[in-house]
Amino acid sequence: MRRTFVKTVVAAAVVAAFGGLAYAQQGKPVKIGLLATLEGPFAAGGADGMRGAELAIKERNGVVAGRKIELVKASSDAKPDVAVNATRKLVEQDKVDVMVGPLSGGEGIAVKEYSKTQPNITFINGSSGAQATTLVNPSPNFFRFNTEGAQWMVGLGKAALDKGYKRVMVIAEDYAFPYSQVQGFMSEYCRLGGKVPVKAWVPLGGKDYASVIARIPKDVDALVVVLGGADAVNFLNQYEAAGGDKPMVGGSITVSQDILNYKGKRRDSLVGTIAGSPIADSYDGADFKKFVAAYQKEYPVSSGAYPSPSLFALVYYINMKAALDGLELVKGDLSDGQKKYQAALAKMTLKTPVGDVKLDANRQAIGTTFITEVVKDKQGNLFNKVLRKVDGIDQMLGMKKEEFQMGSRDVPNCP
Amino acid sequence: MSAANWRNAMNSGAGRAAMRARVSANGAGTLVAGDRALPPISIPTFWRHIGARHVVVILFALAYPWFATPFFTFQIGAQSLALGLIALSLTFLGGYGGMVSLAQITVAGIAGYGIAIFGAASAADATISLGWPWWVAVLISIVIATVCAAFIGWLSVRTEGIYTIMITLAVGVAFYYLCLQNYSVFNGFQGFQRVHAPTVLGVNLRDAMPFYYLALFWSLAGYFFVKYLLRAPFGIALQGIRDNPRRMNSLGFNVTAHRIAAYALAGVIAAVGGVLLVWYNGLIGPGSVGTSWIINILIIAVLGGMRHPIGPFLGAVVFVLLQTFAIDLIDRERFNLLIGAVFLVIVLFSPDGLLGWWAGLKSKFLTPRGGVR
Amino acid sequence: MRKSWKIFWTLVIGLPLIAFVVWGLWDNTRLFVVTFLNGMTLASLYFIVAAGFTLVFGLMRNVNLAHGSLYLLGGYLGFLVAQHTGWFVLALAAGFAGAALVGLLMQVSVFRFMPGEDLRQTLVTIALSIIIADLLLWWLGGTVHQADAPELLSGPLRDIPLIKAYSKYRLALLPIGIAIGVALWLFLNRTRVGMMIRAGVDDRAMLSAAGVNVNVLFAVTFAIGAGLAGFGGVIGAVELSMAPGEDVRLLLASLIVVIIGGMGSVVGAALGASILGLAETYGLAYAPTYSVVFTFVILALVLAFRPRGFLGRPA
Repeated sequence: MRRTFVKTVVAAAVVAAFGGLAYAQQGKPVKIGLLATLEGPFAAGGADGMRGAELAIKERNGVVAGRKIELVKASSDAKPDVAVNATRKLVEQDKVDVMVGPLSGGEGIAVKEYSKTQPNITFINGSSGAQATTLVNPSPNFFRFNTEGAQWMVGLGKAALDKGYKRVMVIAEDYAFPYSQVQGFMSEYCRLGGKVPVKAWVPLGGKDYASVIARIPKDVDALVVVLGGADAVNFLNQYEAAGGDKPMVGGSITVSQDILNYKGKRRDSLVGTIAGSPIADSYDGADFKKFVAAYQKEYPVSSGAYPSPSLFALVYYINMKAALDGLELVKGDLSDGQKKYQAALAKMTLKTPVGDVKLDANRQAIGTTFITEVVKDKQGNLFNKVLRKVDGIDQMLGMKKEEFQMGSRDVPNCP
Repeated sequence: MSAANWRNAMNSGAGRAAMRARVSANGAGTLVAGDRALPPISIPTFWRHIGARHVVVILFALAYPWFATPFFTFQIGAQSLALGLIALSLTFLGGYGGMVSLAQITVAGIAGYGIAIFGAASAADATISLGWPWWVAVLISIVIATVCAAFIGWLSVRTEGIYTIMITLAVGVAFYYLCLQNYSVFNGFQGFQRVHAPTVLGVNLRDAMPFYYLALFWSLAGYFFVKYLLRAPFGIALQGIRDNPRRMNSLGFNVTAHRIAAYALAGVIAAVGGVLLVWYNGLIGPGSVGTSWIINILIIAVLGGMRHPIGPFLGAVVFVLLQTFAIDLIDRERFNLLIGAVFLVIVLFSPDGLLGWWAGLKSKFLTPRGGVR
Repeated sequence: MRKSWKIFWTLVIGLPLIAFVVWGLWDNTRLFVVTFLNGMTLASLYFIVAAGFTLVFGLMRNVNLAHGSLYLLGGYLGFLVAQHTGWFVLALAAGFAGAALVGLLMQVSVFRFMPGEDLRQTLVTIALSIIIADLLLWWLGGTVHQADAPELLSGPLRDIPLIKAYSKYRLALLPIGIAIGVALWLFLNRTRVGMMIRAGVDDRAMLSAAGVNVNVLFAVTFAIGAGLAGFGGVIGAVELSMAPGEDVRLLLASLIVVIIGGMGSVVGAALGASILGLAETYGLAYAPTYSVVFTFVILALVLAFRPRGFLGRPA
């Protein structure tokens, strides 16, 4: 009798202990680090990115798989060494379990390199969109659930030819992200017979486009402008003042909310511009409309947010949602060096507001892009109307591995 | 700061002795034989100058990785030492040479780029790195950086002190734009990735502890090198040139050559710091040599105090701590405001930085009332 | 320098320049002429900003590294005023006044108490530039602010022989720059205050000994210098747009202009601005990845042979 009693007590104690442990794991908050550029030229985009990520957390009321979500934020200024320092602090000092970020391409490559030194932490991208991050020396624990710069431009080459632009000039900033955008555009455009006689690579941060404008040949039909932020605004201004009137084809960061919201009158010249982008304000998918409504409710314009979520908000939202959905799949179990979690992330199909996303062998997203055109609505605000939605784009852009070449200043070429 | 301020800031024995030597100089003979006013540098003298505080600091620095977490060892400790070394070169030039050069991070950056270009690094799709053995890359980079430092010195020294800041700032920013816009050599905006510290004799220098000790070794080397230099005839002459170049010239010293040599020596120190920094970051790009880092190195040097070679290391520790933990104290977005305000407060109220503030405290609390210190 | 060396160096620098001009005109005349216009108009902007810098540097030996931040401040202020009132002239005045006010404050509350401590003053300007830049970022965010040219000057001027069309606003920068240059020259050479400033550039101590209220003079000069930066900022807000980072660019340009042209000399600033503007635009048009190298080579040459700049005077 006593033995049975003791056995029962011991058994109960053991069950309680394990249950307690499980409960302790259940109750223990999961720490997620969030990195975006809150300083410097991309500061506005970084702030919106953080809003997008926080929206994903708010959707779940701050809890995932029974565990409370503790968000630790960090900021960089688009410099890779600052991003790595911030990431290292989050991972090694604040001991986050999952890392989401960074924002810009160069930072992404640097954080990816760092992730190789921390195999037991899962790194998920923020919005960095350089091809090399997952194509060259990929990291086994760095996941990118958003499509990158080249993927965003698939379908635009054909759209440009449909509009009658048989010869175009490329004007883009001189760094990795525009290279991938131009490559994404030109692979299709050149293959279908388009010609690009001149490519002008302008230095990042350069403000004086007079020389580039002077070099625009008379016989091009349109300008493919892959400039972001201040540069695009500046260029448009100077181009119109110099008497230019050629239509434009935009990159993804050219006609994003950053530019459509800028406070000058020059933006009228943007109407009619086609672009390739992972987000389109006017997309009428039900999930997307829900996402936009949630963003607008949570972040009214008076608080400093945009009237409609920007590319950064959407992409950060997608990546944070991936982090949380993955946690849900493994029921919050991050033991065994997070191997189960990382395996789940690699295999899962993520439902995003703009379509489904799966990962390829390099943990790069296979996803969706929109071909858009700029129109003005009744209130006079500019927005991107959807011309076409392209799904299932992989990082090889539909080409065979042998014929695929990563974008650079001279690749691809079809003068 | 005027010459008088710097002179007053020099409270080391060597400084006072040098002053005595200069005051009594009545011909080239006295100063060239400056060691007459100073005890010759020999081992017994050296030991006599080591005080308790030196021992405590060195022991602490040696034992640090054993009680600090790897994060603190690597990101706080090693980074402070590397940055401190670069700032030391600025302190040497500015505090003791009277030439505040904002191009020290440029020299460090040249060394860092040298490692990336001559050694093994990844430049995404481009193949620029030559992949030579690491020690070859290190030697070549330091030599090239020193030559560049001498060239920068040559450009800057023929004008008076305040011009130096302008010229070196212009040189520094021009180098930034060169790195940003040139693709054949510097790989433009992307810079170089995977610039890793090598594995030497089985020890992987990428790990926190070995790298920390590497940085500590070179920081101590730099520190003692500067201290030695300041007491050697070269250093005395340099301080004399800082205080009164016209007089030194009339005494037969080649002022320009001395200054350029000072730039070159500071360049060596900055180059070593640059190698350490690029190995710490594992990458280099134009952002590493741009305006923010130019100003940051200046802030570190001024923050610590330009009156003693330990100043830049102090400043570096405070700076790195602020940079790392500011986000926990205030909005990380306002970090620049914080560091700018700290810098402003230091310059307005304690131009000799933390060391000056500490010396002021000591004299206020340790001086007997009415006593003469 | 001996005469033979002078001739040698003139040939070494002059001949390739002439060869380039001839080639450029033959290869693509329109591009060459447009680039020349672009360079001179950019030089106007640089001149306006650098003139303020050289004035402060020349008289007070204060290397005001917050000059770029004043440019940014003036630009933002002008943009806001233009947005609210629609008057470009008001915007220009607001930019000038706002920056001048801040400059005055800086001189009266901080620099006045550090007479002769050049290095310390410069360090303070660095600290202030960081603080001002971050405050502006906080207040106005990182978005781009593109001011509009006044109605009169917006759009292209068409039907120009050879170059077909050119921005009216940009073209207007030339007369504006010249007007400011002439006004400054008249101010410095034909007014009492100007005379005192020139005297101060030559010999500060003597000026004080002659009974001039140096503090008031310094305050006025700093205000004018800062105001010019702000004025330039409003002009730049239209032509180049305002965003964080512009302050560093314009500061660097001012530094180079003053180094080339000489400290304290307005004519030197005009010369330096022209050289820099032309070098930058020709570099961007013909060899974009090396344009900064040209600028640096020019800088190095000037420092090597005329360390005080072309029209600088010894301290």
